Amino acid sequence: MLAFIVRRLLQAVLVMLAVALIAFAMFRFVGDPVNSMLPEIATTEDRQALRAQLGLDEPIPTQFAKFIGGAVQGEFGISYRNKRPVSDLIVERLPATLELVFAAALFALLMGVPMGVYTALNRHGFVSNLLQIISLIGISVPTFVTGILLILIFSVWLNWLPSFGRGEVVQLGWWSTGLLTISGLKSLVLPSVMLGLFQVTLIMRLVRAEMLEVLRTDFIRFARARGLTDRAVHFGHALRNTLMPVITIAGLQLGSMIAFAIITETVFQWPGMGLLFIQAVSFADIPVMSAYLVLVALIFVVINMIVDLLYFVVDPRLSVGGDRA
Amino acid sequence: MKQSGPLLEVRDLSVVFDTRRGPLTAVDRISFDLSPGEILGVVGESGAGKSLTGTAITGLLERPGRIGGGEIRFEGNRIDNLPPEQMRRLRGRRIGAIFQDPLTSLNPLFTVGRQLVETIQTHLDLGREQARQRALELLAEVGIPAPEKRIDHYPHQFSGGMRQRVVIALALCANPKLVIADEPTTALDVSIQAQILAVLKKLCREHGAAVILVTHDMGVIAETADRVAVMYSGRIAEIGPAAQVVKAPRHPYTEGLMGSIPVIGTGADRLTQIEGSMPRLTDIPAGCAFHPRCPCARADCAAVRPEPRPVGDGKVACVLYDGGGI
Amino acid sequence: MSADAPSRFAVLLDSDFVYSFRKSRVTLIATLVTVSIIMAALLAPWIAPHDPFDVATLSLLDSELPPAWAEGGDPHFLLGTDNQGRDVLSAILYGSRISLAVGFVSVFFALVAGVAVGLISGYFGGLVDAIFMRIADVMLSFPTILVALLVSGIVRGALPREMHENAALAVLVFAIAITTWVQYARTVRGSTMVERGQEYVLAARLVGRSSASIIFRHILPNVMGPVLVIATINLAMAILIEATLSFLGVGMPPTNPSLGTLIRVGNEYLFSGIWWVVIFPSLTLVVLVLAVNLMGDWLRDALNPKLR
Repeated sequence: MLAFIVRRLLQAVLVMLAVALIAFAMFRFVGDPVNSMLPEIATTEDRQALRAQLGLDEPIPTQFAKFIGGAVQGEFGISYRNKRPVSDLIVERLPATLELVFAAALFALLMGVPMGVYTALNRHGFVSNLLQIISLIGISVPTFVTGILLILIFSVWLNWLPSFGRGEVVQLGWWSTGLLTISGLKSLVLPSVMLGLFQVTLIMRLVRAEMLEVLRTDFIRFARARGLTDRAVHFGHALRNTLMPVITIAGLQLGSMIAFAIITETVFQWPGMGLLFIQAVSFADIPVMSAYLVLVALIFVVINMIVDLLYFVVDPRLSVGGDRA
Repeated sequence: MKQSGPLLEVRDLSVVFDTRRGPLTAVDRISFDLSPGEILGVVGESGAGKSLTGTAITGLLERPGRIGGGEIRFEGNRIDNLPPEQMRRLRGRRIGAIFQDPLTSLNPLFTVGRQLVETIQTHLDLGREQARQRALELLAEVGIPAPEKRIDHYPHQFSGGMRQRVVIALALCANPKLVIADEPTTALDVSIQAQILAVLKKLCREHGAAVILVTHDMGVIAETADRVAVMYSGRIAEIGPAAQVVKAPRHPYTEGLMGSIPVIGTGADRLTQIEGSMPRLTDIPAGCAFHPRCPCARADCAAVRPEPRPVGDGKVACVLYDGGGI
Repeated sequence: MSADAPSRFAVLLDSDFVYSFRKSRVTLIATLVTVSIIMAALLAPWIAPHDPFDVATLSLLDSELPPAWAEGGDPHFLLGTDNQGRDVLSAILYGSRISLAVGFVSVFFALVAGVAVGLISGYFGGLVDAIFMRIADVMLSFPTILVALLVSGIVRGALPREMHENAALAVLVFAIAITTWVQYARTVRGSTMVERGQEYVLAARLVGRSSASIIFRHILPNVMGPVLVIATINLAMAILIEATLSFLGVGMPPTNPSLGTLIRVGNEYLFSGIWWVVIFPSLTLVVLVLAVNLMGDWLRDALNPKLR
């Protein structure tokens, strides 16, 4: 197991290096950083000075090494657009995105798993078919359309919930949270539903498919042949085996939700990293883009590792050695 | 309800599969009896309907398969039309089952102890500790060394043979009167097959359980079974005492089957083989299903389906034995 | 077999493939919907009631009209007008043209590139294979939309700002194709490796056929089934990515709007109660994507005998 962790860590470091290389290449070769940072009227001397200050006259490998050194300490330079250190911008925006993603993930799991189990067990029932159809529509509706509909219904027509921003936030050290105020919680509802809804359909379909697969296995047939009650067969045996792959996918989905938060944050003007990123893309603000890329990759890699380690906890075939009789 | 008649009576049982091109008959009006404590071997090629017969008796047919007709009586009571919940109470408690592959029969995520205790507590009114005690006894009975240690192991920590022993223990948890063993040794190493069969046979004797042993291995049958039913294309071709069916087969198909097992010490150095292969369910020929491959086929074989007739101590479904035959 | 052997057409009609198509009413409807949207988009210049880009015909008097059936609606403008008096229905017809164009063109490029990479990787293996598959691994581990955003951001960064609007369509196609070729490559590579080991390929090599001839004559036809399924599902995905990028403001500009751009622009008027400007383009997009997805779903099941 230790060997596995070491190998996994090594892989993670390699992936991060690759991503850092891409981020560096973006920064160095897409457009001219000097032109982007200085006003058009800057003199040649000014340009030379900045070039030297940024280290752009050094050999490329040295520059890359410096870039990595900076990245490890969270330094990604100055935003072309805001003229502020990228790290400050990210730290400001990170809590908003994470709170949104976790609320949405919670919503998705609490809805998706029971719905998946239900549709698998009552495969031909009316409600199951209805849920199946809704879920198919669900994955075809672009998330931003879902968001617009939510705003139209709950903000414009019913006027129940706010449609933009985080509401009142409370500072806990550098972390700003919207979870402690009524307006903060109310503001969280629509965005997290929008972000989670797609995942609900995904998790539901996944749980259903996995559960049907498990229900067909020999050990379930054997459990039935032993006369175990449906309850014991479905919730004791089948569900436990179903949740194994679901853990993986749900974990990986957490990563993709951070990416999808870009759309949610745009629709709801949610002041998170996604909104920062999309503004960076439309202004070609490369330092912010590369920092976001590295950060998201890091989150992905960490989640991947956690998921892999979770497997050891859940699956006895991995955690207990194969000491056969 | 106890009575002295047969433990299990199967009458004209059919199993059909509903497909979009109409129903397919996989088991076609078969009848047989089973006495308490008896071991009945069911042999035939794959697809002959032997496993489905077992599945139908346990009430575990899955859609699109279903019982298409006939009756199954267990201890004198019909069980083919029981509501699911009553059938469930019967399974495990009165009728046990053993599947082919011990690798996949056990839930990999639970210890064998947990699976045993769970089954025992479902059927018997025992507390956790008592159930665990019984689980330990069962493991010892099926010949698992150091049960106190092994009971908390996961299935993957057992070898194939040991796992099949656990499966047997699970099937015998509640002292069922009938055990349906579907190819219990097929997935195991040849060296272990005999051990498992011996354990199965011994335990069923001790617990007083009758066994339906489904297999395609004539050798297994010859060693284990009291009586044998030979199935072909969903029908019983021949049924009778094991010694008679193995040594003096009457049905041309059984003869063919016997010709395909090597016998040490006989002069024949070539195995005979039946020409062709069993028809698919979609095109079972009219009359006797075996006639296109039968060396003794006559003109009327294609016309009428032969009914089982008493021959010797058994029954044979072949025109050769119709109306005094040969 | 017999004298009256059925014609190939009859065999096709009797096949499980056609049977399941005729059996599935949903698929039939989805196909009809898709075809009609494609036809409507193709014929937009002729069937659209107005030309939404001809400023001369726009009149502020016609602005913000609700749909024709609502109170205050004008029968000339079936689905209402936006704040500049532009006919929503016509804008949708023209917008679908852009959306479908981006969808089809990017699927085409992704398919060609992906199949080529897959065939080469799978057939020759070795270093080329290793490099392509590592790239594929990295790309697949990130959500499509993120990769597409990133690519479009990089391309925009590399292009001078004044070109952004004119090159928008090309940038979108490039970003989507770059993001989606991986799936074709993965699938084709897998099938190619399987086919390569088959005896008929070995036989073809023994009689001295060239690699190219083996790939095109023998392997390619065998991998087209799954490729078709991916292409269909990816068409829906490409349309969706395009719409999302445009909605986020990094896709088609308002001067040449796709469905996504229309939704983005319409979204700004949501709070003034002018819901039709945003709802109808959204509905069109949803129906189009859903219909294509349903076709893809059915195609996948029909070509996969395991699921039947």
